[in-house]
Amino acid sequence: MAKFMLGYKAGMTQIFDEAGNAVPVTVIACGPVSVVRKKTLESDGYQAVLVAFDETKESRLNRPDRGQFAASGLAPHRRLLEFRVDDVDAYELGQEIKVSEMFAVGDRVDVAGTSKGKGYQGNVKRHGQRGGREAHGSKYHRRVGSLGSSATPGRVWKGTKLPGQMGNRRVTVQNLTVAFVDGERDILAVKGAVPGSNGTCLEIRDTVKFRV
Amino acid sequence: MNVNLIKAVEESQLRDTYPNVEIGDTVRLHLRITEGARERIQVFEGTVIARKGEGLSETLTVRRLSYGVGVERIVPIHSPKLDHIEVVRKGRVRRAKLYYLRGRVGRRARVREKLPPRKTN
Repeated sequence: MAKFMLGYKAGMTQIFDEAGNAVPVTVIACGPVSVVRKKTLESDGYQAVLVAFDETKESRLNRPDRGQFAASGLAPHRRLLEFRVDDVDAYELGQEIKVSEMFAVGDRVDVAGTSKGKGYQGNVKRHGQRGGREAHGSKYHRRVGSLGSSATPGRVWKGTKLPGQMGNRRVTVQNLTVAFVDGERDILAVKGAVPGSNGTCLEIRDTVKFRV
Repeated sequence: MNVNLIKAVEESQLRDTYPNVEIGDTVRLHLRITEGARERIQVFEGTVIARKGEGLSETLTVRRLSYGVGVERIVPIHSPKLDHIEVVRKGRVRRAKLYYLRGRVGRRARVREKLPPRKTN
């Protein structure tokens, strides 16, 4: 069964595993999410559920999103996202899904979100290039190096590493282990770090890397 | 709200009895050591020179001189590997971090004892 959940990153801490080792974990305030719409093979050509998370005022939404909630009869939510599923019949319209129904300790998940924005950065920070020496007559410190050859090809190759915007883009961290689940308080904790600052909206899915 | 969620994750593993340890105290750490299938308790005695972190991540740094070599152990207070802490002697210190002890050996590396307040008749 395809698993999915939405949540907000709460922050990091550490917990102890059975062996008594300290394990770094990220705490995520998860769900519950509600099924707003089912996409079926007949109607859309693929199977997915549209889920909503984090209730809000209707005035905060744009018209297309308002339409989704009006059609389903659910209260408006801030986050609206689609997840592919194997069997859409397993879900009901308006069904509320809690994190404890989706994930258990030991599951492997992929977590996607928007990474922290670093602004416009040079090659040393953005691509991990080394830069030149700082002294001994060197005038080449943190600049971009050679852009390529001369008359052949007579242009800069596509994909050449150059300065530009770093961060503030979608990042997925794969194969994280679920370390803690609390169904009552809707908390999920995964081992390791996830993208973004605290409060970032995260998508959690079962991993593409690890199949039992 | 988010800070509370982190506390909620931590609280199940927090120690019920917080050790009554202060900086400068001489303590015995009773550590659970697992050797293969066997588990035994190892005692590490030394001076508490630092306390860092908060919540479940809080640690103590305990220093001792072992055969003339300084040894420091950093122990998470709430770790299940730490069976319990025994306070041998209270220390009288004026600092929160006793890193100045690191450069010292012998009598200079001592911490004065904190005695219970004298009774006045």
